[in-house]
Amino acid sequence: MDIIVCIKQIYDLGQIKVDTASKSPITEGVARKISDFDKNALEEAVRIREKHGGTVSALIGGTKEAAKEALAMGADEAVIYSADTDSLGTATILAEIIHKMKYDLILCGEASIDEFSFQIGPRLAQAIGIPVLTYARKIELNDGEIVVERGLENRYELTKAELPALVTVTKEINEPRIPTLLQILGASKKKITEISPPKPEAGIETLSITAIEMNRKEIILKDTEELAKVILSASK
Amino acid sequence: MIFAFSEDIETAFEILAKGREIADALKSELAAISIEGHGKEEICITYGADKVYSIDSGLQADLIVDCISSLINPYKPEILLIGGTRLGKEVAPRIAQKFGVGCASDCIDFSLVRGELIVKRFVLGGRFIATQRFLRKPQIVTVPPRRFEKKLDKDRKGEIIKSSIELVEPKVQILVIKKKTPEALRIEEASIIVSAGRGLKKKEDLKLVESLAKALGGALGCSRSVAADLKWLPEEHWVGLSGHKVKPKLYIAIGISGQVQHIAGIRDSKTILAINNDPNAPIFKACDYGIVGDLYEVVPKLIEILK
Ligand SMILES: Cc1cc2nc3c(=O)[nH]c(=O)nc-3n(C[C@H](O)[C@H](O)[C@H](O)COP(=O)(O)OP(=O)(O)OC[C@H]3O[C@@H](n4cnc5c(N)ncnc54)[C@H](O)[C@@H]3O)c2cc1C
Repeated sequence: MDIIVCIKQIYDLGQIKVDTASKSPITEGVARKISDFDKNALEEAVRIREKHGGTVSALIGGTKEAAKEALAMGADEAVIYSADTDSLGTATILAEIIHKMKYDLILCGEASIDEFSFQIGPRLAQAIGIPVLTYARKIELNDGEIVVERGLENRYELTKAELPALVTVTKEINEPRIPTLLQILGASKKKITEISPPKPEAGIETLSITAIEMNRKEIILKDTEELAKVILSASK
Repeated sequence: MIFAFSEDIETAFEILAKGREIADALKSELAAISIEGHGKEEICITYGADKVYSIDSGLQADLIVDCISSLINPYKPEILLIGGTRLGKEVAPRIAQKFGVGCASDCIDFSLVRGELIVKRFVLGGRFIATQRFLRKPQIVTVPPRRFEKKLDKDRKGEIIKSSIELVEPKVQILVIKKKTPEALRIEEASIIVSAGRGLKKKEDLKLVESLAKALGGALGCSRSVAADLKWLPEEHWVGLSGHKVKPKLYIAIGISGQVQHIAGIRDSKTILAINNDPNAPIFKACDYGIVGDLYEVVPKLIEILK
């Protein structure tokens, strides 16, 4: 089973400060990390390899730092690229890279935690023409087939497709491992390939990004009676 | 032409209301796409559609992508509005990729500038709002459920057009569907929400928060910690950036610290109230009224007074 995991490196969102004049985000000097659900995807890939054999390749929009982390978590090799584009652009780049790779399964996080747009997995599967199974909370593989349990708003679905397929995973699927020192050291021997794909056309232009103003009253009440009064008037 | 689709009928009505405004401003036509409509096509007209394209194909993502694409080809819509359910958020980007265009997810606001759509959406973990425009058409957006009000006009007239397309075998098969029980709560619809956080010591204590919710005729919500980490409540109670985005007239946060991701889900609430024993909890910077105190004292007392 050869698995590709698509990973996005993002800013540590809690560290982003706001420029007081322009209200825009200050990202300079902010640490970066692998987006949360992408770690679940990587963890799942490593577990599948542990059970079924094969390889795990991490395809990372980001730097060597993220590659090292992915390798320490158990990926066999990492490919890094930089993608300063939107979802259309990123999916197009990924499809181009994956076109030249050998794989049975592609795993993605259901969304990146900075954008939360849930687009890359479905777009990528559409671009390369393979089945996509979204919002997976459980994956099972047998005989060239994949069975995924997915959660929708009011129901769970058990869905099936033939391999190769793409699956997007939720946080529920597993608890990503924290690599040991030995694994971190071991990762330095693994291969990191850096590629620079041509910049594709984007579908969306961002005109501005501004901090949300919090305009709440922030009144601290002294006792529960006051609280009850506020509740009664607010629930009218 | 503007297209609107959601398999969730309430969300369909809401995006039709928004679509109607845009269509009027552009002097364009609004068409609802109804897949497995089960006779709801007429109602789509009373909620704002000029036309309804009705296709009976089955509500499976591969089929929905094919159906909508088959209508985009001949009619070349300027704008495609899709209800931001999980299914909607899968099909919208797939259609966008197929046509080589952008897609803006979970748009919270729309405007038109020189006939082009300008959208706003949360980014960077919900602390910022991005204003975006499309570089190509169709302009595809998903709209979160319960974001906009539906508008009924019983006298509206329109046309229902039965369409059929040659369906190919879907690549993904649905083997089993298991309904969530009890019948999933729709927390977005509650006008009062009382939410519990990690400040609760044990699962049984949820009863306390729930009885306050009951006393107020509201719904029970929770933070991610309670739903995802402790697994004390199912996903439909989970409020926040990665959970449900709500805008009740009253939101009460009990034992919730008020991290940005939680706030991102309650930002549009009319009044926010907090009960927390830590005076430095960030929730006090994000609420209208707060009380610093032990929830195990405040909540029972509150229920007593409210009775
Ligand atoms: C990508 C991402 C997405 C996320 N999405 C969401 C989301 O959608 N929704 C969400 O909620 N979180 C989300 N989070 C998690 C979020 O960052 C916080 O971890 C979470 O909201 C904390 O939950 P909490 O407030 O219940 O727990 P805590 O932060 O542990 O807060 C518990 C609070 O209870 C108070 N308390 C303790 N005992 C008492 C008492 N006896 N009486 C009164 N108060 C008491 C404490 O002072 C504290 O403030 C997300 C995080 C990430 C990284």
